[in-house]
Amino acid sequence: MIYLQLAFEFFKAGLFAVGGGLATLPFLMQTSVAYPQWFSIDELMQMVAVSESTPGPIGINMASFVGFHVAGIPGAIVATLSLTLPAFVTILLVVNVLDRFKTNRLINGGLEALRPAVTGLIAAAGFVVLKSVLIAELDGVVTFQWLPFILFIALFGSLRIKQLSRLHPIVYIAIGAVLGIAFQL
Amino acid sequence: MKECLDLYRTFFLIGSITFGGGYAILPILIREIVEKRKWITEDAMLDYFAVSQCTPGIICVNISTFMGYRRKGFWGALSATLGVITPSMIIITVIAAVLTNFTDIIWVQHAFAGIRIAVSALIASTVWNLAAKNARTWLKAAIAVSAFVTVALLSISPIYVTIAFAVFGAFFFGRRRQAS
Repeated sequence: MIYLQLAFEFFKAGLFAVGGGLATLPFLMQTSVAYPQWFSIDELMQMVAVSESTPGPIGINMASFVGFHVAGIPGAIVATLSLTLPAFVTILLVVNVLDRFKTNRLINGGLEALRPAVTGLIAAAGFVVLKSVLIAELDGVVTFQWLPFILFIALFGSLRIKQLSRLHPIVYIAIGAVLGIAFQL
Repeated sequence: MKECLDLYRTFFLIGSITFGGGYAILPILIREIVEKRKWITEDAMLDYFAVSQCTPGIICVNISTFMGYRRKGFWGALSATLGVITPSMIIITVIAAVLTNFTDIIWVQHAFAGIRIAVSALIASTVWNLAAKNARTWLKAAIAVSAFVTVALLSISPIYVTIAFAVFGAFFFGRRRQAS
């Protein structure tokens, strides 16, 4: 029963993948080994590339892609819902626990330290994306990409101008796409 | 019912304009949920991120469930979560069915290289705003910097960093609060 197998594999990925982005990837690699007829590692890498370059959170895109690849549209739905379920249930439980301890000083103290910590974590995530844009490696030679760096500074600078920062993030993403095509990045 | 539909629509929009994973969703969430709709405060949003970082599941699903639940309980959580995953299912299914060599198209590659620059600029600007609010004391600035260094440069899993600072804060800030 292919839908049950899909549901089980993606439920497992959703349960054990902690964090965001490509946290599901190691689990999908195991799936590829367990079910070689579903997809190869090469096909998986192709799916990662598509998931990264289309709208939507990567993990969800991956589930939809793999599910569709294995069992068509019903497969996409089964895989995506199964991936989502563990997170959904966990948060419903956590939200109630948090509410009960809302006035607990230890919990509040923890959250007070977590706000700056999360700020640092977000900076780290941005840094990884930026590094992939600014550092190019070809045949073992690492080069710094000046043009993307200048475009980054220009976009960042315009985001710091009050009037321009009111533009919706999607406007900046669209500008990025146009710049990418215009400068053949 | 009307509020659930509103949640579904809002998160459908968020799901269809997020590129990348994890924190890429944050600038868009701040714009749509905190600034435009004023459903929660920025502080509450960061708390949700901290919890989502160390609970099972994909961050954006955790966050959507969290916010939907806060608005309208179980049905709100369900509406928001289904909203954020629907665009992916539609777009990916269309691409997988029609364009089998989507990523080989040179224009797509150029466009995506540019999008990555824009996404990192958006994240950098968000970090700037958050740091101005959350890293105002030396100690908190040190927490932010060490979280950045351990994850970005030492490649330690953010899960451990989150847990370590939660424990530190519980004892350090939690105790001090009692003393004052």
